[in-house]
Amino acid sequence: MKQPNDLILRTTTHLIAFILLGFSIYLFFAGHNAPGGGFIGGLMTSAAFILMYMTYGYDKIKKILPINFRMVAVTGLLVAVLSGLGSFVFQEPFLSHTSGYFEIPLLGEKHLATAMLFDLGVYLVVVGVTLTIILSITTDSGDEFNKDTGVS
Amino acid sequence: MNNLAILPIILPLLASVIVAFIPKKLNIVRKLSQIFTVVFLIIVGYIFWKVFANGPITLQGGGWDAPFGITFIADYLSILLVLTTYIIATAAVFYAPYSLSDKQEMFYFYTFFFLLISGISGAFLTGDLFNLFVFFEVLLMASYGLIVLGNGKVQLRESLKYVLINVFSSMLFVTTVAFIYSLVGTLNMAHIAERVEAVPAEQQGILTAVGILLFFVFAVKAAIFPLYYWLPNSYVVPNPVVSALFGALLTKVGIYSIFRVYTLIFVQDTGITHQLFIWLAMLTMIFGVIGALSTNNVKLIITYNIIPAIGFILMGIGLYSEEGLAGSTYYLIHDMIIKAALFLLIGALVVAAGTKDLSKMSGVIQRFPLLGWLFFIGSLVLAGIPPFSGFIGKLLLLQGSLGQGEVLLTIIALLSSLLILLSMMRIFVRGFWGEKMEGMTTNPRKVHALTIPAVFLIALSIFLGVCAEYVLPYVETISNYLLDRTEYISSVLKG
Repeated sequence: MKQPNDLILRTTTHLIAFILLGFSIYLFFAGHNAPGGGFIGGLMTSAAFILMYMTYGYDKIKKILPINFRMVAVTGLLVAVLSGLGSFVFQEPFLSHTSGYFEIPLLGEKHLATAMLFDLGVYLVVVGVTLTIILSITTDSGDEFNKDTGVS
Repeated sequence: MNNLAILPIILPLLASVIVAFIPKKLNIVRKLSQIFTVVFLIIVGYIFWKVFANGPITLQGGGWDAPFGITFIADYLSILLVLTTYIIATAAVFYAPYSLSDKQEMFYFYTFFFLLISGISGAFLTGDLFNLFVFFEVLLMASYGLIVLGNGKVQLRESLKYVLINVFSSMLFVTTVAFIYSLVGTLNMAHIAERVEAVPAEQQGILTAVGILLFFVFAVKAAIFPLYYWLPNSYVVPNPVVSALFGALLTKVGIYSIFRVYTLIFVQDTGITHQLFIWLAMLTMIFGVIGALSTNNVKLIITYNIIPAIGFILMGIGLYSEEGLAGSTYYLIHDMIIKAALFLLIGALVVAAGTKDLSKMSGVIQRFPLLGWLFFIGSLVLAGIPPFSGFIGKLLLLQGSLGQGEVLLTIIALLSSLLILLSMMRIFVRGFWGEKMEGMTTNPRKVHALTIPAVFLIALSIFLGVCAEYVLPYVETISNYLLDRTEYISSVLKG
């Protein structure tokens, strides 16, 4: 099989994928009181993953990252729902939110909010759903998808 | 604890996530879903009891008071409908394993099922017009998932139509919500109800126009004449259990929204809006029942019978009197249960006879007497033969309409009841009676398994009719509550 000449793509992906992943985490944490959040952070992470898939090919990445992205989406949904259920434990109205300042080693004093737990759920759902959709389209007629579910 | 009001929404959501983790371990998923639904039914029953004992439960999401926060309100009407939804869900979840193929069940059937229940409960419980839209979307997303389950060619074609019509009506919904916001500056339903009284006289016309626009949005969902054309085909193609959920619950969410909005918000100009309802109710009854008589496909007959029922419920809202609203509420509950039961029975009948075509069926009752007699009782209940539940609802509605001098409406309602009975008896006489047909199923145990969940619903339906004296006080509480808007408004805006 002829190898495509994609040296430039490979070289830049080495750099850019890391920057994208780092930036997506930054965006995720910025979300509470600045532009960003779980949704946009999740999209950025999936963009990084998709860039890696494009550069190195489906099979290779599947070997390195053996993740079932549908499970990621479901886990995210579970985290989001459970974050709301905390209010039942503390006898507060549903979706109540609280926040506080905490001293974290190395990072110093940080503002942490319970809304972040919900955002983490959103982040996982976005990564899971985006990659499931794109991968089932790219792997031609949803073969991969059907193999997983046993539905033809 | 106020959080009770959100439990019927959050519990099925949690269940849908849990069963999504193991879609392929069918035995566990089935058992889990059955346990979940029964437990949820008990919890919702407790909330129902609590609401009728202590009055509506209001929850202000996140502790932000209305009208700024998101309000959930479990009042008499909504909790009664939520309870009925869970009863139907319980029957459906025990029916599903026998009706669906393993492949369909693995394709996240139970996840979509619980999401649908969550969306429907949300639409019933929300006290905010925009959130009503959001929950409509939740239940529609789940219904898109359910309608394509099985991916046949016909099914794909019909679901495409279904998606298109719903996307369009959702778009119209958001537009109308924007209109309402620009008129009264709020979307909390209790707050809107309070503010519409202060709308200046020269803007009353605009308010009525917006009210009618909103009615058309709900009319698409509820399948009211002339917007019912999408319903019959798209409800016929999916699996019987999905049809039962759709037929019993989805159109009823539309009619519930009409109930809520036109008893709470748009009651200034009843001469226009509610009179319009009465005319549309008549046309809906006539055209629905004509549809039911026009076909030989047994499932399509039941599907068409959804439409006149919606006409009956709309009739009571149009009358806007104590008897009318009580009749509508009663009929709504009765119709949800009996429609679910009939769809489940028809599913069993199709399996038993091996065909959907009535002209090829005969003598099914000789091999499946229980199925036959259940279907017979179901037909009587649907048509409103005393002492069954359809009769009580229709009696209240007809009393209301005669009391207001709506003679034409009364005649049409009576006539369409008669035709409903005819359409159902056609199935019974031609499908169940007669010579024992060739080619009946070789798997009678499957038919029995499919019949059992319907027994539960039919029994409940008989209870509703025969023990009407225990049920009527609840319905009267609801109709008085709906006519007096102050209790709803004060229970949301008391803070």
